[in-house]
Amino acid sequence: MIDNKLKDKDGFETMYLNMGPQHPSTHGVLRLGLVLDGEVIVSAEPDIGYLHRGMEKLAEHRTYQANIAMSDRFDYVTSMNNNFVVALAIEKLLGVEIPKRAHYLRILMAELNRVVNHILLFGFFAMDLGATTALIFGFREREEVLDLFESVTGARLTYNYFRVGGVARDLPEDFIQKTGAFIKLMRKRIKDYDDLVTNNVIFRDRSVGIGKISKEDILAYSLSGPVMRASGIKYDIRKDDTYSVYKEFDFNIPTREDGDCFDRYLLRMLELRESLKIIEQVLVKLEPGEIMAKVPKVIKPPAGEAYIRTESPKGELSVYLVSDGTVNPYRFHLRAPSFINLQILQKILPGVKVADVIAILGSIDIVLGEVDR
Amino acid sequence: MNVSYGLENIWLWFTALLEKLFGWFGLPYIFAYTIEKIIFAAALLAFISISVLFLIWMERKVSAHIQSRLGPMHVGGWHGWAQTIADMVKLLFKEDIIPAKADKWVHRIAPIVVFVPSLMAFLVIPFEKNLIGQDLNVGILLIFAFSSLAVLAIIMGGWASNNKYTLIGGIRSAAQMVSYEIPLVLSVLSVVMMVGSLKLNDIVEAQSRVWFVFSQPLAFMLYIIAGTAEVNRTPFDLPEAESEIVSGYNTEYSGLKYGFFMLSEFTNMLIVSLVAATVFMGGWLGPKWLPLPGIIWLLLKTYLIVFVLMWVRWTFPRLRVDRLMDFGWKILIPLAFINIFITGLFMVIFK
Repeated sequence: MIDNKLKDKDGFETMYLNMGPQHPSTHGVLRLGLVLDGEVIVSAEPDIGYLHRGMEKLAEHRTYQANIAMSDRFDYVTSMNNNFVVALAIEKLLGVEIPKRAHYLRILMAELNRVVNHILLFGFFAMDLGATTALIFGFREREEVLDLFESVTGARLTYNYFRVGGVARDLPEDFIQKTGAFIKLMRKRIKDYDDLVTNNVIFRDRSVGIGKISKEDILAYSLSGPVMRASGIKYDIRKDDTYSVYKEFDFNIPTREDGDCFDRYLLRMLELRESLKIIEQVLVKLEPGEIMAKVPKVIKPPAGEAYIRTESPKGELSVYLVSDGTVNPYRFHLRAPSFINLQILQKILPGVKVADVIAILGSIDIVLGEVDR
Repeated sequence: MNVSYGLENIWLWFTALLEKLFGWFGLPYIFAYTIEKIIFAAALLAFISISVLFLIWMERKVSAHIQSRLGPMHVGGWHGWAQTIADMVKLLFKEDIIPAKADKWVHRIAPIVVFVPSLMAFLVIPFEKNLIGQDLNVGILLIFAFSSLAVLAIIMGGWASNNKYTLIGGIRSAAQMVSYEIPLVLSVLSVVMMVGSLKLNDIVEAQSRVWFVFSQPLAFMLYIIAGTAEVNRTPFDLPEAESEIVSGYNTEYSGLKYGFFMLSEFTNMLIVSLVAATVFMGGWLGPKWLPLPGIIWLLLKTYLIVFVLMWVRWTFPRLRVDRLMDFGWKILIPLAFINIFITGLFMVIFK
């Protein structure tokens, strides 16, 4: 594994630096094998699997509903979005139509969770660049959303809110009013974020022009989500291959052109505003009604397969589900955006500085729970 | 310019008494002198350790309130004032780990080498006109000479730990401190040119009409920036950049040795602020209409600068290592030279 034979451009010996799996800013247990020439990276090798739990295999021994519960643990930052894709896949297999209110509730939760993810990215990315205060600011706002989630689902991290055919519980009475207050608060706080981080000279110096990913690389490596849109490709599954009732909502897909760390960061901040817009519209459209469709007690989808693509905050999150007609899936495959977006590291890391490695890793936004599954 | 209500009166009275006492016993003056200096050094040590404990507590409180937290609230009762004492006691009792492949002696000596020079620099700082360890005629130079020794210890610690992260931290800090020493000294040089003396008391007394922060604003800015870099604080905290190289040169240190590194960090910050207050903000001089001891004025100014340093630390991200070098060599040093040139020009014209 340790490749000390690599020489730098002047023919001198290089240094092998083992970054992770225990490191403050590899976002979990990612291990990066870096070959260094002073501070410059000669080659980089991401090493994953330290959080491997064999979830795709485990899924084959669980009932369909239990798989939704397990999906909370893929990307533990955006549990709602994971629930969403698994529920959609099972419903496609079953052929269930779910009630209108359940659709809206699902989108409401998924977008709130997107807000959480982007707030956390703001905090962690700034933290990776050394600005500690931003992290606390991010967590402060996340807490507000977690309180909302807790009032609905009773949980703060693994919500297990989606059911086959709908959602688990209806909203508490003051939820709409509280969410409205949160949106107002969040809009004010985004201004704070911009003042503290986005417009900071040092922050821009550290992120503008760092870790550029070209359009060709985006397509070649099949990167998705904000990473793709930051490089100028306007593609969002919520709009372009729409699912649930996203087509009823009016929102923009922000894009940036340069594809550097700053663009990837800024794109999330723009998406955050769009998500708030969607949440506002959902709150207006919500009408009382059923939240669960009629589904059998024991879910036994007919033999067949389903592939569902959704836009998770990290990128394209898709599920390939094969049923053999029993209570357990025959095959469960997850296309995890973190895992696929991570692969670009090997391509763009050589030539940058050690400090930029952290910036690039932070701007790609991975969660190891999803990478390793 | 001699203020008559300072703490120095007590000190002068005490030393006079001591010298008289020794005179009665027929002992030579050197004994009295030695004992005076020992007492002063002990007082200085007490002052430094209390200040550092306070500074750490203050850092935690300032950072907490910037980040909309409360910070330590329990230990000791009032706003967790005893938190740092408890932390130090904890460090005292921790196991002292030396990595198996470390260069043991260098690893052991480094915390001492980092701490002693930062204490030595206090020797020449005039807390009041006569409340000073030794008013050397190369005072300001001595401070910079000692504070640049800290880099040696950091390289020692970084190298001896035999860890790649500490090595990177040590080398980064060597590059950084060597290059930021230059604008630091150059910025003070323009003040020294105006005063015509390296003695800190002379520099203070030269500010009786106008502080140098007003007549030398550029030098003050350069000093604060270079000083922040000199004490390894954000945005220049690359040697211990937590998110990149874990904890830099002190990754492998634990217990009391780590405590020494931390103490010296805060001591250095205190020195930088004390020198800034002395050289640019009139030191122990205070307004005539408010008769307070000079040491109070000095500490007020010092803690104002300390607060600014903390404020900066908890606001800014970290610079990257090559941009840091660019900033030092391509911006700060030319600016410092321009400042010296302009100062010289004005001195020639208006003399």
